Amino acid sequence: MSGPVLIANRGEIAARIARSCRRMGWPSIAVFSDADATALHVGAADRAEPVGAAPPRESYLSIPALIAAAERSGARYVHPGYGFLSENAEFAEACARAGLIFVGPPPSAIRAMGGKAEARRIAEAAGLPCLPGADDALEEAAARIGFPVMVKAVGGGGGRGMRRVGRAEDLQGALDAARREAAIFGDDRLMLEKLVEKARHIEVQILADAHGNVLYLHERDCTLQRRHQKLIEECPAPGMDAALRAELGRRACDLARAVGYVGAGTVEFIAEAPLQADRIWFMEMNTRLQVEHPVTEMVTGLDLVEWQLRIAAGEALPFAQADITLDGHAVEARICAEDPARQFLPSPGRITALRWPEAGPDLRVDAGFGTGDLLTPHYDSLLGKIIAHGATREVALGRLALALDQCAAEGVRINAAFLAAALRSPEMRAAEINTGFLEAARKRLVEASMKEQAA
Amino acid sequence: MAESPITIRAEIGASVWKILATPGAAVGEEEPILILESMKMEIPVVAPHDGVVVEILVAEGQQVEEGQAVATFRR
Repeated sequence: MSGPVLIANRGEIAARIARSCRRMGWPSIAVFSDADATALHVGAADRAEPVGAAPPRESYLSIPALIAAAERSGARYVHPGYGFLSENAEFAEACARAGLIFVGPPPSAIRAMGGKAEARRIAEAAGLPCLPGADDALEEAAARIGFPVMVKAVGGGGGRGMRRVGRAEDLQGALDAARREAAIFGDDRLMLEKLVEKARHIEVQILADAHGNVLYLHERDCTLQRRHQKLIEECPAPGMDAALRAELGRRACDLARAVGYVGAGTVEFIAEAPLQADRIWFMEMNTRLQVEHPVTEMVTGLDLVEWQLRIAAGEALPFAQADITLDGHAVEARICAEDPARQFLPSPGRITALRWPEAGPDLRVDAGFGTGDLLTPHYDSLLGKIIAHGATREVALGRLALALDQCAAEGVRINAAFLAAALRSPEMRAAEINTGFLEAARKRLVEASMKEQAA
Repeated sequence: MAESPITIRAEIGASVWKILATPGAAVGEEEPILILESMKMEIPVVAPHDGVVVEILVAEGQQVEEGQAVATFRR
């Protein structure tokens, strides 16, 4: 037994981390802003500490407020979850200065992977294939690489500043517009890469301990997205064979070793279908737990939060690469307060009723909110996740779609019916998907979901 | 002959994240006047057509309700 663990987050991930702590016998401490005093995650932990006002900057993003809460509560560990301060090296350093154990990689690894351009250089040096690209002399680089290219903001996450440029004559205008947009977010540096048409998003989960053991826990396919944010994720990736899985796993572990990684992390790749080794390129590394980690847990039987904590406590991984199983197929859907019929516009407000499906052996429900909760514009729209497992992909997709049918909300709009329609689409069932599918098929899927609800 | 100003409204409950245009500024169609933020999504409030910003009715950091007037605008 160890702990206590301060959970520096909110919503479904804070509740989920508390569950693992409880199972392990580690006391946990939730934190809450003024807007979240009665939130579900507060009750999920053993104790709770207030950390400030509703705007994230004054609470969940305030390093002094979180360190003070940890000290007040007698916490020994700080788990940052995802988002907020989870990839902030200064927070990891502040924890260390206060004598707290940050549940995550060393600050140096967070920094090394934090900027897109620097991460790319390190990955290339570690032998990972990257798309042809550049972060200076962009006009010359584009001419050399050939069109189409994707322009990105170096400091941008969540798809900010991203622009597809199809022809040389459109490049200057796109660079100007992207630079203006990136500057709004405080960093106007741009980079560009060869564009992959009909791309798939494949990522590899890794787990590294402080004793030099680095393992991969297979891949996740996160191709179904809107606004460059994932909505449906699965493991294994359709079309992935054992040899390619081992090759990508090796690439991910090589990168983890190159930056002295410790803990759970994810190496993201962009791929062109059909999947083959020379058509998959490094994109970025996320130095934290991912939202979609449960699909990996469903097929490996491992609890990633438990292993994050045990690694943070100095334990060596007691299993080897060959021990990592891949049992069946798992799919996750992210339930968000948003309206697919209005271009996925967020839907803040009071949840007057919210029904989640009943969990079971092959159906996991990671809920963060319930009836009566107020969704303020301050925080993101993720309400929770539903994860289905099955012996085959077909079974898992069908089980998840049925579970989504049982979701219902009043007071706010949710995307459950839309996601059920996506799971039942012929494209998804045949795995003929790319990262543009949900947006391209949005109208048809919205109509299908309305018919389903009326039936 | 200038037309009377039209009111531009927030389409969602949000906070005003950034104001990009000042009163009197000429903006082109679809160009952002200000950016709202709600649930970690930035939602630009754009000019309905080429014209001039008459008034900005909100301040950065302010909370706005769905349907609240945020700016006035003249063709």
